[in-house]
Order: sequence, then C-alpha cells, then structure tokens
Amino acid sequence: MIKNIYNLGDAALYCDFGDTVNKETNLKVINYFNDIRKKNITGIKNIAPSYNKLIIYFDLELTNFKKIKDVVRNLDISTFEAAKTKVVKIPVCFDDEFALDLERVEKRLSLSKKEIVNQLISQKYFCYMTGFIAGMPFLGDIEEKIRLDRLETPRVKVPKGSVGITEQFCNIYTFESPGGWNIIGNSPKKVFTKDPTKLTLIDPGDEVEFFEISKKEYSKLNEQK
Amino acid sequence: MSKNNFKVLRPGINTTFQDLGRDNLYHVGLPFSGAIDKRNFLIANSIITNREDDAVLEFAYQGPLLEFSGIKTSFVITGNVNFKIIKKDTSEIKGECYRTYDLDNKDRLDIISTEKSVYGYLSVKGGFKLNKFCNSYSTTVRAEIGPNDGKKIEIGQTIILNSADSSIKKNLEYFNSKIEFIRVIKGTNFDYFSEDSIKDFTSEEFIVSKLTDRMGMRLNGPKIKNLNKTNIKSEGLGKGVIQVPADGDPIVMLSDHGTIGGYPKIAVVISADYDKLAQCPPGEKIKFKIVSLTEAENLYKIYTMETKNIINKIK
Repeated sequence: MIKNIYNLGDAALYCDFGDTVNKETNLKVINYFNDIRKKNITGIKNIAPSYNKLIIYFDLELTNFKKIKDVVRNLDISTFEAAKTKVVKIPVCFDDEFALDLERVEKRLSLSKKEIVNQLISQKYFCYMTGFIAGMPFLGDIEEKIRLDRLETPRVKVPKGSVGITEQFCNIYTFESPGGWNIIGNSPKKVFTKDPTKLTLIDPGDEVEFFEISKKEYSKLNEQK
Repeated sequence: MSKNNFKVLRPGINTTFQDLGRDNLYHVGLPFSGAIDKRNFLIANSIITNREDDAVLEFAYQGPLLEFSGIKTSFVITGNVNFKIIKKDTSEIKGECYRTYDLDNKDRLDIISTEKSVYGYLSVKGGFKLNKFCNSYSTTVRAEIGPNDGKKIEIGQTIILNSADSSIKKNLEYFNSKIEFIRVIKGTNFDYFSEDSIKDFTSEEFIVSKLTDRMGMRLNGPKIKNLNKTNIKSEGLGKGVIQVPADGDPIVMLSDHGTIGGYPKIAVVISADYDKLAQCPPGEKIKFKIVSLTEAENLYKIYTMETKNIINKIK
C-alpha cells in the first residue's frame, strides 16, 4: 500500500511505499505503475517507479496535484493484474580486461575471482527498476558474502556494458557513464535496444540470470560497438 | 533537384534538435529532454508560423555557422543571441532576435553567441526534415536517441529542410527579463538539513558553476549541511529537483537529467521559473525563495498566460 503521498514540486506526485527495499514492496510499486499506465489518466505525462517510491509527473496545464492525488488514492488495487514478467539471460565476460575493480573486490571480500564469479552466476536476480541512464537495470539481491560498498571516488567514465556490484545490488551500465559501482565484468549485450517497440531487454519485475562467456565469445557477440 | 539544406561549417558547443520533449519513458530511464527554455521555443515556432511541436535547433553559448543551399528559406532566432547573416557577396547583416529573415542560396548564418544567457533557438519555415523517435524530435545525447542519430550537430554534416513558402514575415518586440528570485517548493528531504543551512539556502546568493549542461546545474555558495543522511535510497528525479550531495553544493536537475538519484532533495524549482533558471550562465548569482504549492500553481497559470500574450503580440 502507499504509505504517504507528497508533492514533488508543483508538477509531480511522490508516492512513498515505506522504508524497506525488498521484492514485495517493489512489486506493489510496479503494480501501481502498470495500472496507472494502462488507465491513460488525463494529464499524466510520465511515471517513474523505483525501489519503494512511485513518482507521477503531470501536465500542470491540464490537471494538478490534488486531482491526481485523488485519482491515485481511489485506485482499486483488488483489480490490479499481476505484472507479466520474464527471465532474461545475460552473457558476461569476467576477463581481467573488463573486471576493473576485481582486485579491490577480492581483497575486501577475502574471496578468489572464481568464488565471486561463481556466486554471481549461481542465482536469478530480480529487476527492481531501470534508469539513471537509459535502460540500466537495478538488480538484486546478491548473496551476503559478495556485498560491499561503492568506490570511495566514483569513476568519471565507466565503460559501456560494465557489470557492477554494490551493497545488495548488481547492474549493467547500458552506456558509458560516471559511476561508483565495483566493476567485475562486461556484457556484450545491448540492454537498451533503441528499438522503439521494445526499448529495453530487462524491465522492472523481470528476472535476470548471468552466464559466463570467454573473451573470444565476447568478441563474437559484441553489440556494444 | 537538391533539397534546401544547411551545411554545418561550425557546429557550436552543444547544438541539438529539440521539441516539446518526450513523455512516458521515465521508467526505462529516459528523461523528458526537449527545449530547455520552453517559452523561447514556442515563440520561435509561432513567429515562423510552424506547428507548435516542430523541431528547432537549440544551441548553447556558441551557436553554429551554417551555409544555406537551395531556393530561399526564412528563419527566426529567439533568446538573447548575437548573430549575423553573411550574404553570398560577403556583405553582412546584423541579426535581431524575434525577427524573420530570408536566406538565399549560399548565404551563411553565423550564430556567434548567446549573451548573458545560455540557450537560443533557430526555427526555419517548414521545419527540419527529421524522423520522430518515440513521438518526439528531441535528441537525448546521453542515450544516443532522437534525430541526428542521437548526436549533437557535427562539423561537415548536412541538415535537410522541409520546403515551405517563405512569403509571410512576422516579428515580435520582446526582451527576456530577469527575475529577482528563483522560487522553489520545499523538497521531500527538506528536514534533513540544518536550520542554519536552510537559512543560508533561502537568504544567501549561489553562483552557477561551470559544471552545468543540459543534464544539470551545479551551484557554489554556502555549503548546505545535512544532519540526517547524505544518501537516500535511489528514487526518481525530475526537472528542477535540487539535490544536495555530501559535499554540500546543490545540483539542479535540468531536462536531460539522470532519471534515478540517491541524494536528498532539498527543494524543487517551480515550473514557472524553470526557463529563467536554466538560462543563467556560469558565474551568474541566484537567490532562492520558498513558496507554497498553491502559490506555485497560480504562478504557473500566470506564466502560461504571459506566454500566450507574448505570442498574441506577434505581427
């Protein structure tokens, strides 16, 4: 349920689903997102779901905070349909060339590269949200033993395709971007497709499975150029 | 027969195609984008009698130098812009904003610079020949989408224009005014900050730093102290949201901002003042003033009414 609704500026509604970040809370956010999107409510221009928040942007010329708040408050959640989700398999190369922070990660976690990689590819991850840069998935939760903090000084340029871990999450940098996650591999897959009918390979609510590929396979599959 | 076109002899610093922006894609990580200064965008298309949602070229600081080829076209430039037309016989005409001019075959348009502002707009009669991406002509460089393959305008490239009748010549008397304060609404993490810092935020001057582009504007001034948490769980952002990272220097999100962020939100610029804030160049001093949601909504009504009145004065 939505715990609180605030205004974010004069043209957005900020729905707070509580402090905890877990799959259960996030699925509620995603269900609200899907339902509101489906309803095509007058004046709503954009909706941004995240771990435990939903921000709804509206056109101040057509509606206002009070009106949209009433609409959202009165949504009948019993009619919400469960989100259609899928499992997405993502190839990752963990070659030293791509694993920019492996040394730091090995040291911090007191684990070998093989142990870290095997742990990462041993389970499926839930996609909480996509964004920051176009199509970038925030995936979780990774096993306790491979969790660590962000880099003290973020990188100015994280290479496109980089696979990173931080805290309980992992992600894929869909574009070259500044960033502070620990980079341990790189995927040749174009996760943000630029195909207008299907912009992203991974959507909120989906499950993602990583599988290891060699450098040779990486060059063959490379779509990042 | 070759089509009316511009050859880019100098691209300018950050020249991109823009329109009213792209809705409904925040959830995949795409911000609205679109012309930063919406009022000057709308005025440009109105003077040249294009459709409201036709694409324009937006430039920042230094604009492009373009050579026209084809049969006469007309254009207008809006903002606060220093430009000239270099005729084929090398005679020069000093340009005035908000005035319709013609270009003949091999004339050059030199958009020298924006003055005491950041963004300017070039609209040509009939518009540019472009394809929409997800219902918009806006280029989002960071996601490599939109016209021109998602890129800024580059040297040597050709820009194709739609053919159009250029007999109507409309003009407008208009000056971009400054406002004394940038008005804001309290952000969702307003109470994270110390009383002294809130006082500084609403009474001291902040200077627009050089770390400013279409994504965001970093400010320097008194350091804003956070008493609670310097990071929050990553969540959505929006145009005009002011985040304060651990270093205490506020960052205002602009139209191409990253869609998710984890710094506390101290305030949000009201919709009516966004254009004016975004037009402040590095070095300019700004002051914030807190208003209520109701005041902000009324100020936006006034802003849209003013825009309509300005457009009605075009003759």
